[in-house]
Amino acid sequence: MTTRDVEAAARTPEPDRPPALSARETAAWVWRQLTSMRVALILLFMLAVAAIPGSVVPQNDINPLAVGDFRVRNPALSEWYDRLGLFDVYSAPWFAAIYIALLVSLVGCILPRSIQHWRAMRAAPPPAPRRLSRMPVYRRFEVTAGPDDVLDAARAELRSRRYRLDRVGSVEQIPAHPPGGSVAGEAGQLRETGNLVFHLAVVVVLVAVAVGSLFGYRATVLVPEGSGFANSVIQYDGLSSGALFDARDLPPFSLELDEFEMQFVESGPQLGTPDRFEATVRFTAEPGAPEQTRTIRVNEPLEVDGTLVHILNPGYAPAITVRDADGTVLAEGPVPFLPQDNSFTSTGVRKVPVGPEAGMGEDIGIQGLFLPTAVVDDRGPRSIFPEPRNPALFITAFHGDLGLDDGQPQSVYRLDTSGMEQFRTDDGEAFRAALAVGETVQLPEGFGSVRFDGYVTWVNLQIGRNAGKEFVLGGALMALAGLLASLYVRRRRAWVRVAANVGTATVVEVAGLQRSEGGDLEAEVDAITAGFLSRLPADTGRVVRHGPPRPGPRDGTADRVGDMDGRRSAR
Amino acid sequence: MDAAALGEWSRFVVAGAIAAYIVAWLAFCAETAYRLRDRRVAAASTASAVAGAPTAPRLARVGGTAADGDNGDDPVPPHAEPVVADDQAERMAGIGYSVTVLATLLLGAGVVLRALSVSRPPWGNMYEFSITAALVASIAFLALARTKAGRAAAVWVVLIVFVTLSLAVTVLYLPPGPLVPALRSYWLVVHVGAAVLAFGLFTVAAVVSALQIVAERAEGKGATSGFATSLPASSTLDRLAYRLIAIAFPVWTVGPLILGAIWAEASWGRYWGWDPKEVWALITWLAYAAFLHARATAGWKGSKASVVSLIAYGTVLFSYFGVNIVFNGLHSYGGL
Ligand code: HEM
Repeated sequence: MTTRDVEAAARTPEPDRPPALSARETAAWVWRQLTSMRVALILLFMLAVAAIPGSVVPQNDINPLAVGDFRVRNPALSEWYDRLGLFDVYSAPWFAAIYIALLVSLVGCILPRSIQHWRAMRAAPPPAPRRLSRMPVYRRFEVTAGPDDVLDAARAELRSRRYRLDRVGSVEQIPAHPPGGSVAGEAGQLRETGNLVFHLAVVVVLVAVAVGSLFGYRATVLVPEGSGFANSVIQYDGLSSGALFDARDLPPFSLELDEFEMQFVESGPQLGTPDRFEATVRFTAEPGAPEQTRTIRVNEPLEVDGTLVHILNPGYAPAITVRDADGTVLAEGPVPFLPQDNSFTSTGVRKVPVGPEAGMGEDIGIQGLFLPTAVVDDRGPRSIFPEPRNPALFITAFHGDLGLDDGQPQSVYRLDTSGMEQFRTDDGEAFRAALAVGETVQLPEGFGSVRFDGYVTWVNLQIGRNAGKEFVLGGALMALAGLLASLYVRRRRAWVRVAANVGTATVVEVAGLQRSEGGDLEAEVDAITAGFLSRLPADTGRVVRHGPPRPGPRDGTADRVGDMDGRRSAR
Repeated sequence: MDAAALGEWSRFVVAGAIAAYIVAWLAFCAETAYRLRDRRVAAASTASAVAGAPTAPRLARVGGTAADGDNGDDPVPPHAEPVVADDQAERMAGIGYSVTVLATLLLGAGVVLRALSVSRPPWGNMYEFSITAALVASIAFLALARTKAGRAAAVWVVLIVFVTLSLAVTVLYLPPGPLVPALRSYWLVVHVGAAVLAFGLFTVAAVVSALQIVAERAEGKGATSGFATSLPASSTLDRLAYRLIAIAFPVWTVGPLILGAIWAEASWGRYWGWDPKEVWALITWLAYAAFLHARATAGWKGSKASVVSLIAYGTVLFSYFGVNIVFNGLHSYGGL
């Protein structure tokens, strides 16, 4: 059965009559609809259309910040979007409904086709039709070799071309006709096999993605130069994981970030765009294991046991030391600042919890602006290049209650100033200072001093495992192989029929038929013909007479049989 | 010569190619015009010669019987040659073809110079992608132009190529420069390279599909004059579009989807993340899968399938222009 036949079989009857009433019949009707080619086509389209909104509307699990932004700007619209799941298109029920329908349709389509194909592969190819001259490619000539020799040669030739043949011995003996026979061959069943493999592989990919996502996880952790982390859930800044993720499966490695280097394009039209990010880490595969030095670059993650460690985004962490009036250190060390633009104008805060007993009895909060290459112009202080060419720290400071004890989680990048008051200078101006590396400034009212010690870089690392990716890749490659077979293998049949003619000659007819597009069937039939003629002993394979000047013994009707050389048959 | 100078040279050479494409386009337009005129004359004269015969209005197309067969390998579709010799049309076609060869060579040189100026494959930003895709489309067209069905697409393919190039050297132009680190990978070579290749082929296929629709409608009406009569049989165009898509579809499967996923994992740590570009690559893939299905579904062959092919091409354009310009995803390397 050809794919077209299958398709015809799979097609539903015209849906002009209402579905039958009994539940079983209705179910059968729905099933037939669902597995029909037309519905598959519609579902493919629907899935494509359904995927569009997810690329237009910001998505929660891709860009939550953009979603938050959108909500603020369009509160009323957002409500509707929430109702429709438009912020989570790819996990929305209606999206799932479409692809599950497609999956069901796919399976419902593949199974019966596989069974049919299996049977077709084992069945003998259909015997030669009575009138070969009606086939799209047809040759007819006479040779001196005997009919059986010609048939044997044809069999050998077709077999060597990997045609499946009908059973040996199906020699037609039509009474009242001279002895003869025919052989039928079929090639290219790989096309249907490939098609089935392709569709099956699509199912494999979809299932592997779905199951894999249950076990996978993705976490981020921000690591300043000179510090490190051990791979465990409590160390992560953020974690998203599948339902069946088990924290005990995390590989127990640890990392120390020795150096994170970043370079940017220094001239030309792409001035300031990233040129090179490279992290040098000391890596310990598990507690007690020897330490190794590794580098992580963009596109070159560190792989640990199926878990990948990637560079996400970098930044600077200025180091600030805060002392009280006596010179006692209240806080020190680098604090990560968040870049606000492509030149790494970065903002951040240093929270100094002091407590009622120490110092002035009040917390101190410092708000800072770190500029790797600082300029101050009419647009205020800003950075003009992401590498530290003229690093400067602009600060202002607050005193009061940081609110760290009230149990509310706080951002480490923002100061909650509701319980605080900004420092003022003697003339009542808000306290501000611009510091170069190594400079110190005194806080007003005898609160102590702030020193800008320097800076390090930090990098946000992503730690994640894409569970099941091997299966996804395997499925995708299988799909590709199937697709290539399905698109390029041509399904074709060839027949050779011989009949002893009066005298010593044997009339040979060769015909070909092709069910799929492309290729050159004419050339193939010619090659088959030349091939089996050359297999005939000595001279007997020479064509003694060309073309079908008159209808053959079996072609009772005077078919119009093409040009003189038999290149084209009429249809 | 330094990178900037090479880049400038490349731009000059591409501009030269644009000029050549315009000349080729005018020649192909003239060819079409001559053919239409000849056909009108032929139709008029035969109509008067066999006035009253029921076949008269179709005379311009006699001989077209074998075209609807199964093996459409016949490079010359079965149009009857018009009674009036169309020497001028042939000459114009010849000029158009030669100038297109010249333009393609120039464009090829421009693309190579660009590659030299940036020391990497020339598809790192929208400008480079556009000129390379235009080159692919142009070469694909030249390969097809040996058949009459391919030649029918000439006016339109050349038009699209020169519009793309004109946009490229004006709006999309970026002087040579290094790539952001994320793009510096051999995956760029194969992933984007495959996308460029598929893009060029889809473009030619879309032109052929559009012509298929026009031809099929004209055949339905039995038109004897007008642009459509200069086209090959709709079934020939249908097969040509199918073959182009049958080549481009696996390329799209490999490049944007499979290799894209592998690279995404290396670069971002996940092989699929519903980034707008990824979503649109998938939408394109689904749309062309729908096209392949449509062609195999009874009642969808011919112009309905061609409509699907055009819609699918719309998604290609969008995943290329739309996503780079409209959205700000991880893939925003377009350089705009
Ligand atoms: C995720 C869903 C699907 C995808 C991505 C898909 C993709 C494809 C592709 C790319 C082809 C082209 C191969 C070729 O032309 O030989 C194809 C062919 C085919 N598909 Fe699907 N398909 C899907 C679902 C289905 C379903 C549900 C059915 C069952 C009704 C189906 C039935 C067929 C058939 C019969 C062919 C062969 C067409 C021919 O004879 O050329 N497909 N499919």
